[in-house]
Amino acid sequence: MAESGESKLKLYSYWRSSCSQRVRIALNLKGLDYEYIPVNLLKGEQKNPDFLKLNPLGYVPALVDGEIVIADSFAILMYLEEKYPQHPLLPSDLQKKALNHQASNVVCSNIQPLQNLAVLNFIKEKVGPDEVIPWVQSHINKGFAALEKLLKDCAGKYATGDEVSMADLFIEPQILGAIKRFNIDMNIRFNENILSSLFYRGCMKHIVSCQHSRMLCQKISQMPHLHLSLAEPVHPEDQIFPSENINIKNNQ
Amino acid sequence: MNSSSKLVLYNFSHSSCSWRVRFALKLKGLDYEYKAVNLVKGEQFSREFEQLNPLHYVPVLVDGDVVVSDSLAILLYLEEKYPQRALLPDDHQRKALNLQVASIVCSSIQPLHMVTLAKRIEEKVGPEEGILWALSIIEKGFYALEKLLKDFATRFATGEELYMADMFLAPEIDTVAKRFNIDMLVYGLESCDRDRSAYPILSRVYEAYKTVPEFLAASPEAQPDAVFFTPPA
Repeated sequence: MAESGESKLKLYSYWRSSCSQRVRIALNLKGLDYEYIPVNLLKGEQKNPDFLKLNPLGYVPALVDGEIVIADSFAILMYLEEKYPQHPLLPSDLQKKALNHQASNVVCSNIQPLQNLAVLNFIKEKVGPDEVIPWVQSHINKGFAALEKLLKDCAGKYATGDEVSMADLFIEPQILGAIKRFNIDMNIRFNENILSSLFYRGCMKHIVSCQHSRMLCQKISQMPHLHLSLAEPVHPEDQIFPSENINIKNNQ
Repeated sequence: MNSSSKLVLYNFSHSSCSWRVRFALKLKGLDYEYKAVNLVKGEQFSREFEQLNPLHYVPVLVDGDVVVSDSLAILLYLEEKYPQRALLPDDHQRKALNLQVASIVCSSIQPLHMVTLAKRIEEKVGPEEGILWALSIIEKGFYALEKLLKDFATRFATGEELYMADMFLAPEIDTVAKRFNIDMLVYGLESCDRDRSAYPILSRVYEAYKTVPEFLAASPEAQPDAVFFTPPA
């Protein structure tokens, strides 16, 4: 473990931002302590002068590691992967590594940007409030269909094999957002559909439990078993699953 | 220099995503076989191409048994497999900066002003709205890039050498300037004072890119399939 005794890492994050979720999962998987600094996007806290001074773009997530400031989930994950190589997020095989980048990019270039707040407000104002959900659903469905094709020959327990890797960190928050915010039904074609089966077989749930409880998940790789019912959600509104016990095997 | 042409690049002359990869291949001195996929004629839906990339996107790089799609994934693959003429600096901050620029262009700007999306907006909202939408995306993204690069850009986006950020910025600026007839030096201003561009950094680096032989050699007009393409009106 490379972490120091002090919480030198700081993460500026919005609880519901899928981009922030990606980074929170990575930090938890790598067993890295960090100070969580919430930035409420709906209240416009990203425009706070102190935050802008640190991060002129006003984007979340933003990671601060000593003198280094990085704002963009992909750039942050690549930085973490290099600086803190424990629990690697990328396989060493170049083909599989490339596949992870490609799957991640399907989410962060082809799906997520079409559902960010600015785009949704545009559709709501110019086309109508009733058009927002259908607009997002069509892009999500198209993106998910693309992922199904991409992952067809390599999905195992997780998206690109039997270990959690970078693609999962992009896909899982996207699936959660799709279900909770945009009414996508992951039950359709359960048996043939990779993303649905990944989700409902519980493979993603230990990742979800990580992001909902920093305290429990700070050193997830050292915990032999984790019961979902013990995980306190960060926000009461964000109770996603009915309580059930999930056994998580020790990652090491 | 790679003496055997084992690399094959499936791409389209006027695809800015393809341009990124062509630029990188030329900078690294890597020979490759150029396979044209005409997106206007729908060649990305051919059976042969579908075998390579079921998502029907260009560019696709074939390196022996390895097949990589998506320009960012390809560039990272090339960087690792062919480390000559590195596209990422060693220091963490500037490396992260380059990846951040790449990510901003390929997630927040380019996909949101693609022709297909602009057309969809026109269908839903009305004619002209597609262009207005695209311009607002570009303006927002370019202002963000100006802020991000303020303390780092010199000759090029993140310093004196070309790096990954430039692979993404160069084709993006050129494509946008030509497609929307934007004069990069004065866009956004009422006055024609060329020293006060709305995008001073992007304008300056764009002028620098135009002097780079590899950038020009990778540009759409220099590709073998360019003659078959007429840009949309």
